[in-house]
Amino acid sequence: MTVAGPPNVELAGLTLVGPVLTAAGCGGTGRELAAYGPLDRLGAFVTRSISLNARPGGALPRIVETPSGLVHATGLPNPGIDQFLATELPWLLQEGARVIVSIVGSSLGEYAELARRLGRAPGVSAIEVNLSSPDAMGSGFFDVREPFHAAGAVSAVQRDLPRGVPVLAKLRPDVLRVVETARTVLDAGAAAVVVGNALPAALPDGRPAGLSGPAVRPLSLRCVTEVRGALPDAQIVGAGGISTTDDARSFLAAGAVAVQIGTALLHDPTSAARIAAELAVDAAHDQERISS
Amino acid sequence: MTTAPVVQAAGRLAPLHVRGELLAARRVGAYHHLTLAAPGIPARFRPGTFVALSVGETHLARRAFWIHQVKPMGGYGATIQIVVAPVGVGTRWLADLGVGATLEVTGPLGRPFALPKEPVSCVLIGEEYAAAPLFPLAERLRERGCRVSMVVAGRDEAHLLSTLEAKRSARSVTVVTRDGSIGHKGEVADVVADVLRREEAAVVYGVGTVPSLHAVAAAAEEHGAWSQTAIEQPLTCATGLCHGCAVPVVGEDGAPRLARACADGPVFRGDRVRWNEVAT
Repeated sequence: MTVAGPPNVELAGLTLVGPVLTAAGCGGTGRELAAYGPLDRLGAFVTRSISLNARPGGALPRIVETPSGLVHATGLPNPGIDQFLATELPWLLQEGARVIVSIVGSSLGEYAELARRLGRAPGVSAIEVNLSSPDAMGSGFFDVREPFHAAGAVSAVQRDLPRGVPVLAKLRPDVLRVVETARTVLDAGAAAVVVGNALPAALPDGRPAGLSGPAVRPLSLRCVTEVRGALPDAQIVGAGGISTTDDARSFLAAGAVAVQIGTALLHDPTSAARIAAELAVDAAHDQERISS
Repeated sequence: MTTAPVVQAAGRLAPLHVRGELLAARRVGAYHHLTLAAPGIPARFRPGTFVALSVGETHLARRAFWIHQVKPMGGYGATIQIVVAPVGVGTRWLADLGVGATLEVTGPLGRPFALPKEPVSCVLIGEEYAAAPLFPLAERLRERGCRVSMVVAGRDEAHLLSTLEAKRSARSVTVVTRDGSIGHKGEVADVVADVLRREEAAVVYGVGTVPSLHAVAAAAEEHGAWSQTAIEQPLTCATGLCHGCAVPVVGEDGAPRLARACADGPVFRGDRVRWNEVAT
């Protein structure tokens, strides 16, 4: 009997070793996560959102616990694109990770500039445009409230990227708007949509923040279902509170081609590796069934 | 002072995420001392590192505890001991756990205390339960021939870790309580300068509240000693992933930046922390 290797997943024209990705902002620089499992076993490592200039991040407390969730306003701390390309990206590539760079900008011009610099960097598999920072206004980011804003950012990135580097658009899990937004960004050239991100929320002291974790999972799953129903050809990456392999299976069953693991990594840094390994067993069984 | 007398222990091993088991729980004063089987973690322990525990499925943030002791326990090999102050929902949950309960343990995490190259005089200052990592530190320092003195401080006697154990670990022990129930009445800040002078300290280690650590770092600077301060911050992931636990520091290049308490710390050089800006 021959044992099937890990079945590949096709996402946005990329061939990935499996459907499990990290979610932006939950895998550190990659080095911290690599202590708990090799990054090359994941479909891709999605970086924290990188901006044109370095950002120190916001005031403390940045993250507080709520039942089955985390409320967070980190202010997207990151070293800026040049430092990221010089120090973090080479290490990730050396580890064999497929790297999807999440980017966030304060203007369309910044998105374009980020795309230009990333387009020149070897080894970037794809770009994920963060169109759903839950406190975009508070943090000074380009505010994406209407679908045409989202399309504008995707176009700005798309225009300045070389062919062959796909753009993923990460959308807010807003059930009422997600289909319209997904359609618009796909029309603007996004190769896939990531549904969804943190929901807009507030910290106990009233500061704008995002809510993530299992508390938002049913909402995200509904969003994936809606987008799949309305846009049968769309490639969807499901995200939002996925903590177990069964959670991942339900997103895949709802029509996602891949999933992102975020908050779960903060609770258990081995969760993405474990879910990836368990889904690989599922897929190997499926292959056996097909070939027998 | 031209050369640093402290060296960072090289070759830190990667932390592990394991299923642990509560082997013993003992109440001492205001605290619960928990002994955990956590396979692989004891062998990687260095003083100043900590473990992160999960407290149930719906509480997503990890709870961080100093590793207080590593010792063998019949049938389990090496175990770790932590000190829990039951003050919040997670710590009360842990304090109520029955022996035999299993829980997810990640560690050892963080940058440990740096140790001196030479057998110099060291003063170890710990407040309340946070004095926990100083006991194994004292042991390592004595192995290197260092002269070890300790200051244990707290609001009252119930909030001190064993002064008896401190006396076994150190040449001299200064006890400070806010209510004066035992030892000197007052705060760490009231005694630190005198102790450093008396002990002719070359290196000062501190762990406790931010105001006390600030006082320790300032007194060390004044005295011409090196300080190693271990900062406690509420952590979310405790593993360096979430960037939730920012500590304002001065980088080696002299530029201000934000470090992570969990992954870049918890131990920082006292003269590198911008104490007035640390969240308390």
